[in-house]
Amino acid sequence: MSNAALKTPRSIVYLSAGFVIFWVIIASFPFFWTLWGSFKVQGDFFSKADWRNALWGTRTIVETGGPFTGAGYHGAWVQEEFWRAALNTFIVVFFTVVISLTLGTLGGYALARSGARYAFWLLMIALVFRAMPHITLVSGYMLPFFQWNLWGHLPTTIIVLVAINQPFTLWMLHSFFLNIPKDLDESAKVDGCTQFQAFRHVIIPVMWPGVITTGLFSFLLAYNDFAVTSMLLSESNRTMVPAIAGFLGSTFEEGNVMFAVAAVVSATAPLFVLVMFFQRQIVSGLTAGAVKG
Amino acid sequence: MKHRTFFWFILPSLAAMIAFIALPLVSVVIQSMHVEHEQIMSVTENCGPFGCKEEVSVDAEATAALRAESPLGRFNGLGTYFDRGHLASQEVATAWQERTSLGDFFSRLYNLPLYKAIAFTLTYTFIVTPLVIMLGLAIALGVNRLAPALKGPTIFVSLLPMIVTPLIGSLILFWMIDAQGIIGKSLQWIFDDPELSLKASPTLTWITLMVYGVWHGAPFAFVVFYAGLQTVSSETLEAARIDGATRWQQVRYVVIPHLMPLAVFVSLIQLMDNFRVFEPIIGFSAQANASSLSSIIFTDLRGDVIRFNSAAATSVITIIGVAILLSPVLIRTWRDFKGKAV
Amino acid sequence: MYLKNLAVAGALAVTSSAAYAGCGLSGGNVNILANEFGAIQAMVAGARECAGDGVTVEANLTVDHRDIQVAALTANPAQYTSAVVANSSIVPLINGDLIRPLDDLVAEHGQDLDKTQLITIDGKVMAVAFMANAQHLFYRKDILEEAGVDVPTTYDEVLAAAEKIRSMGLMEHPFAMNTKTGWNLGEEFINMYMGTGAPFFEPGTANVAVNNEHGVAALNMLKSLVEYSNPDFLTFDSNETQARWESGDLALAVMWGSRGGSILDDEGSSGDIVDATVLAPAPTLTGDNVASTLWWDGFTISKNISDEDAEATFVSLVNGISDDVIRANNDKAVWLSSAYEPTPASAGVAATAASGTSPYPMLPYMGLLHTAAGGELSEFLQGSESAEQALADIEAAYTTAAREQGFVE
Repeated sequence: MSNAALKTPRSIVYLSAGFVIFWVIIASFPFFWTLWGSFKVQGDFFSKADWRNALWGTRTIVETGGPFTGAGYHGAWVQEEFWRAALNTFIVVFFTVVISLTLGTLGGYALARSGARYAFWLLMIALVFRAMPHITLVSGYMLPFFQWNLWGHLPTTIIVLVAINQPFTLWMLHSFFLNIPKDLDESAKVDGCTQFQAFRHVIIPVMWPGVITTGLFSFLLAYNDFAVTSMLLSESNRTMVPAIAGFLGSTFEEGNVMFAVAAVVSATAPLFVLVMFFQRQIVSGLTAGAVKG
Repeated sequence: MKHRTFFWFILPSLAAMIAFIALPLVSVVIQSMHVEHEQIMSVTENCGPFGCKEEVSVDAEATAALRAESPLGRFNGLGTYFDRGHLASQEVATAWQERTSLGDFFSRLYNLPLYKAIAFTLTYTFIVTPLVIMLGLAIALGVNRLAPALKGPTIFVSLLPMIVTPLIGSLILFWMIDAQGIIGKSLQWIFDDPELSLKASPTLTWITLMVYGVWHGAPFAFVVFYAGLQTVSSETLEAARIDGATRWQQVRYVVIPHLMPLAVFVSLIQLMDNFRVFEPIIGFSAQANASSLSSIIFTDLRGDVIRFNSAAATSVITIIGVAILLSPVLIRTWRDFKGKAV
Repeated sequence: MYLKNLAVAGALAVTSSAAYAGCGLSGGNVNILANEFGAIQAMVAGARECAGDGVTVEANLTVDHRDIQVAALTANPAQYTSAVVANSSIVPLINGDLIRPLDDLVAEHGQDLDKTQLITIDGKVMAVAFMANAQHLFYRKDILEEAGVDVPTTYDEVLAAAEKIRSMGLMEHPFAMNTKTGWNLGEEFINMYMGTGAPFFEPGTANVAVNNEHGVAALNMLKSLVEYSNPDFLTFDSNETQARWESGDLALAVMWGSRGGSILDDEGSSGDIVDATVLAPAPTLTGDNVASTLWWDGFTISKNISDEDAEATFVSLVNGISDDVIRANNDKAVWLSSAYEPTPASAGVAATAASGTSPYPMLPYMGLLHTAAGGELSEFLQGSESAEQALADIEAAYTTAAREQGFVE
């Protein structure tokens, strides 16, 4: 397509460039604004007087002496121990992704290599499961979990997130495995391997691009979840997203709402880093797998 | 693949899904068919700082005994499904009989909580999904035309609205659209109306939520389409140009057909995701003006009284809704599968 | 006068001993779930003094306490050893049998408590109240003077004053109350309906009785009032109305008495606004009945915890309302204690109590009505529904929920 661009009339070039610039502003501005504002005091970021206070930090200078303050971050991370929530998020996300991918690769591989009718039906059921709002399941969990004393713990939430994540993982990986030629493992089996050995020695080495893309989406699901984590985790085991929602409930003291702003910025930072590193995989992974399935 | 091998490969994944999706579904269905025991109340003398008063209160012991006997509560059949909080059969029938016009009927229907939630959920789903696809395609075409050095950073920025936690994304925007916030103030200036507030009217709240939905969803469509554009064959385009196709015709007759399967994929995923719209309603504190199926379940599960059965009935109705929404896809895939098998 | 009587009765209480680490306990974990306003923060800080020597004291102070308490206390062991409640929020805990009777703990450790502080239900102590609260009028002396109106005592006068302020161009939106959809809005409806003097339920049953001319009167008054509120009024909770008051956007507001202390302090507001702020009793609806409810805040102890933790919790919380704590935080609430000295910040609650306001009804099904009202009124207040329709909706939503919960057949 690149040589096509050369022949494009000027007007279209400007129009398209203008549109992209417009989009880039819309996509990024809220983040910069919040990042900037997180170093101000409440009187500026939530100014009732003039929104431009958030730009210059009028009240911040009055209250702290400088145009920037780390009070929100200090309050969130030290005073309110947001690091606990961050640690919980790390545990939940790490185990959810690892377990999801382990179960998902095995299952996805089996679904891709089986032409049986039940495999098809499994995929269809998985599709319906994928579409179900997560919150619909939560009322099914709560009563039994209370009964059996499983409510509130991290492992419970991890397993629930793994299960909720399975349908999507299965679909993605199933599409990836369909793209790996069948002859590879068939020939391994002819050489005397069992199906599992064929999977281990032939398929595993070539499956990583697909697994990484799927892993990224699993990561996002676990990291971003609010419906499940807010209903199933106890106060001390909360992950970052429900913790931020919790900050909003305790804004009685002037300035506490800035804890939430600082926490929002803190929780978004890892996502930025992630996208920076894996941007290429997201694009190429989607081209290779899911979009063909 | 042998049936036995298949079974062992799929077992862990299947077990997880059965234990934590299928069984909870059964639990939800069972809960939805039960209601609380009849409360045994007695008149007691209650005292406090403002004096004593004869009031009724729940007899804890008698109620506990009832609960121990049958922990699920009383069997209610499908009663909960047809009460006012859900399908409201009686209210709908009355509304139909007493209607003065079709519009009147719908406004009466809209007064019932479940139908209100359905109205928002469907409107949201069917407005946001096509907009997401169009915007995503436009961005993909625009980015694809950029100089290679600019592509990387642009893609990075474009992905941000998608990856950010929905609750956090909506909070960020909620703070900005406050009547005193930067977007709120700018809109007041643009429309020259100092009273303009996006939180005040249902219509504006709906628009705000949908704009957020498009903002959040467009990057996904963009990245899929962009990935697809990398595989458009340049020969076909070349041939089209030689045949004298204009730029628009090239897009219309070569690029878009190539991206069509992707559009189906994107719309499927977007339909599913938009149908469960939930976090933005919480983030934007929009419960007054908009409720979705997910958000009314959430409301039932929090609060003074946890209404498990009501939440469960709404959940079952939602799942049926999902199945209906997906039925065209399911049927098509089934046909494809049968076609392949033959 | 209620509060005066309370103070006299409280005078019999003995001064509590000074706090020391562990408060004489051998161990135990204390974890408190509570609302977050200033008085509760002071009380929890007092309870924290008992930490040490094997006793741990933690707390979660949030406005969402009401929404999470039932789930948190249903867990076994309960997530919190104590929930700080009010007359409304204790009811679901009693209905669910989630809190324990405190008689033995009061006998052992509660010598300093006054008898009026004990909330007894059917003869059993279920909670210990420590402060009184009510929604009442806050007004700006300077603005009312400028507009030339007297301090309103009925809601009709509030409307007239607001109209005068608006027509004189002093403020476009001089009035606010906590009208956030949900619990807050439900509370405003209940307060306003109290002003009609009519009962909420048919006597002797759980059948709701608000769908009548009294309900219409209450709703119409609410509607007229919010005409003078900022159009965002459906997102106003206590924090929001307080912030707007402190920024000088309001001349008349109905807010919780427990906010008085922090509104009258020097944080977050300029001196002239604070100086001009006066706390007045809640207005009446028609001149007879005060359109407000009296509240107490008190602590409960969870059922699903060990006896050791229960004892530690009780002792710490009693320490949290010791005379020293109350003297040090005198301005923050209307404390139910002999150590409390009335101040301007408590004038509103005291006057509201003195004018014969009824307490919020502690009925098992009141919460369902509260929720139904909070959820069904937004459209009426926005003008897209009639008062009759809104009341019919409240009745229908309540009846559905009450039937589901087994209160009505």
